[in-house]
Amino acid sequence: MWGGRKLSSSGSRFLGAHRSPFRGTQADCPRLTTSAAYSKNQLSWTLQIKPSVFSEYRSMCFKSYSMTFACLNRMKSYSLPWTRPYSTSRTTVDSSEVKTFLALAHRWWDEQGVYAPLHSMNDLRVPFIRDNLLKTVADHQPGKPLSGMKILDVGCGGGLLTEPLGRLGASVIGIDPVDENIKTAQHHKSFDPVLDKRIEYRACSLEKIVEETAETFDAVVASEVVEHVIDLEMFIQCCCQVLKPGGSLFITTINKTQLSYALGIVFSEQIAGIVPKGTHTWEKFVSPEKLESILESNGLSVQTVAGMLYNPFSGYWHWSKNTSLNYAAHAVKSSIQEHPAPAEFALKEETEEVRIETSTNSGVHEELKK
Amino acid sequence: MAARLARIRWGTAPAAARRGPLVSCRRWAGASSDTVYDVVVSGGGLVGAAMACALGFGAWDHICNMRYRAFRRMQVWDACSEALIMFDKDNLDDMGCIVENNVIMHALTKQLEAVSDRVTVLYKSKAVSYTWPYPFSMADSSPWVHITLGDGSILQTKLLIGADGHNSGVRQAAGIQNVSWNYDQSAVVATLHLSEATENNVAWQRFLPSGPIALLPLSDTLSSLVWSTSHEHAAELVSMDEEKFVDAVNSAFWSDANHTDFIDSAGSMLQYAVAFLKPTKISARQLPPSVARVDAKSRILFPLGLGHAAEYVRPRLALIGDAAHRVHPLAGQGANMGFGDISSLLHHLRTAAFNGKDLGSMSHLTAYETDRQRHNTALLAATDLLKRLYSTSAAPLVLLRTWGLQATNAVSPLKEQIMAFASK
Repeated sequence: MWGGRKLSSSGSRFLGAHRSPFRGTQADCPRLTTSAAYSKNQLSWTLQIKPSVFSEYRSMCFKSYSMTFACLNRMKSYSLPWTRPYSTSRTTVDSSEVKTFLALAHRWWDEQGVYAPLHSMNDLRVPFIRDNLLKTVADHQPGKPLSGMKILDVGCGGGLLTEPLGRLGASVIGIDPVDENIKTAQHHKSFDPVLDKRIEYRACSLEKIVEETAETFDAVVASEVVEHVIDLEMFIQCCCQVLKPGGSLFITTINKTQLSYALGIVFSEQIAGIVPKGTHTWEKFVSPEKLESILESNGLSVQTVAGMLYNPFSGYWHWSKNTSLNYAAHAVKSSIQEHPAPAEFALKEETEEVRIETSTNSGVHEELKK
Repeated sequence: MAARLARIRWGTAPAAARRGPLVSCRRWAGASSDTVYDVVVSGGGLVGAAMACALGFGAWDHICNMRYRAFRRMQVWDACSEALIMFDKDNLDDMGCIVENNVIMHALTKQLEAVSDRVTVLYKSKAVSYTWPYPFSMADSSPWVHITLGDGSILQTKLLIGADGHNSGVRQAAGIQNVSWNYDQSAVVATLHLSEATENNVAWQRFLPSGPIALLPLSDTLSSLVWSTSHEHAAELVSMDEEKFVDAVNSAFWSDANHTDFIDSAGSMLQYAVAFLKPTKISARQLPPSVARVDAKSRILFPLGLGHAAEYVRPRLALIGDAAHRVHPLAGQGANMGFGDISSLLHHLRTAAFNGKDLGSMSHLTAYETDRQRHNTALLAATDLLKRLYSTSAAPLVLLRTWGLQATNAVSPLKEQIMAFASK
């Protein structure tokens, strides 16, 4: 078990570094072949559909994000054709995670099934989101407290959190990289005429919609997602980009502690079966301190961090002062446009260059769309 | 028909209505389109109408403008002995109110008109069949409850509330087990005119061997009668002429024919003991006001029984009122339990709606069920026990209940607890 985890985590780091061509990695890490192939297929499918747009997107994306990471700097000089198989430098989606969730895609809406803890987590996270958003408005309709708000639910899965937010009056866009999840979510909301209008689902990753939805959302919700992404820094940046100034980011995730390993992985997955095996990877858990520092460095001011505790006997969640297992965080994007603090000061001038390039490219991108 | 109410709790219209606009469709007739209703209440009686109103909000104001009576004291005594129990509040505040059934119905109907933008009432319609959703499914089956009406139209709803009485069609269609038995009794109800106008703020009930007879104040000159007795006797009472009926009522309250010396002396013995230990309160038996005549055509009878549904809720279904529990009127709690159900269900639905939950979701419905089953089961059991205890004139049981009643009467905190429980 340990060996397996180590393999996948080293594999992901490996993918991130891109030190050798694709064929080399196949030989070194046979276990990753299938997942790599999966992402490759996904990628080439996308490429076939919109080649010209994609190449623009790719080059622009390439330039704007590569600045932040020392290792990615190397890719600037890496002139690969656009059929390069790994897009992991530009994506937050971990394809091995995609596979895990694919297997359970049809079980989302069974309230007593495998996703029961997520259903009951709504009792905490919906009021958390609702109450914090209500603080930002002066008045609200009693029946629909979130009406008029635009919310993005990243990693929406089967729409477990998307639907309650829609019922409370918000216009919600739910995105998830797993097609089957989106299908399940679409199907489920199709029976309710009100929700059908208020919610829109898309099978894509966050990076793909950053351009078209820059600064359009009042709130972004990433619940039980950040422990599944490859590149947390990039993920947070994307979240920040799609938020309006003053908009809120809501995250719920699992802390990286010995306790979370013992209870969250060993007990929950292997012994009690509360969480399906292989759902979580302890290395990807994020501590609130680390999350806070990433948030702050991206211009998001942290308002609340609160611990959550699950009682497996009653099936209910409770708020707790202790954040060593699960926790929820609420951060607000600053209203004044600030430059996110770059990882290396030397890159500052280049960053500004990139900004100009980005805006030019987005203009080109839009023209292409038309 | 009068309904006894200890206290109506849903007094004023609730303030911040933190819910989405609910379209509550109460079934009594009509048609609809392709809309999915949030809630459908099946059954338009006292409890059904009240639920629909509560989902729309507030009806007490209408009742206040019509006839109702607050009562201050309640005397309950035995026909076979001198034992009695008196409930009252220390400062003689109102203990509760008696409101006639048709007064409540009238108020509710008026209120339903006021909330017609949120509540659609279908008069004179009948549900023919119900279709329940599958537990969870990816198939193309609708996740809503479908109700087919007599005229062929179909209503779709997220939550069906069954308030259609003790022979509930909704409960039967859902296949929910119901524990029930019939009592060998029917209740006769009538509106009576008193011989003379009096303050009339006391509720009276006497346990006869054939069943309890109760007189409940409605106004200075009017009282409501609820007399539970054997089927044959009840049929007799309803068909006999008015003078004989009035005589029967008066003698039921006043006659000491069922007393025996043995019980009387045993009773007085305990009474002395109690007076010795606690000389403060002496409850002397009072006699209810005499009855002069009965309102023409106000005499009706209905059979009595006990019933309790094994489950109050299923996915997208909740039972309230007599559909969930049926009780003997001796404690006047039947409608009250129904109103308690409404209050609890409303509370849980409100919280669920404010959390954006699917209204038909089992999580909050089970919370409602636990809440009410705890309360109702206790009351049902107690009422059934009392009914059986007081249905006999066998000496040992009479002795038991005589001493029991006298002892309970002496213990004020216990009486206060009883009043509090009945007022919930």
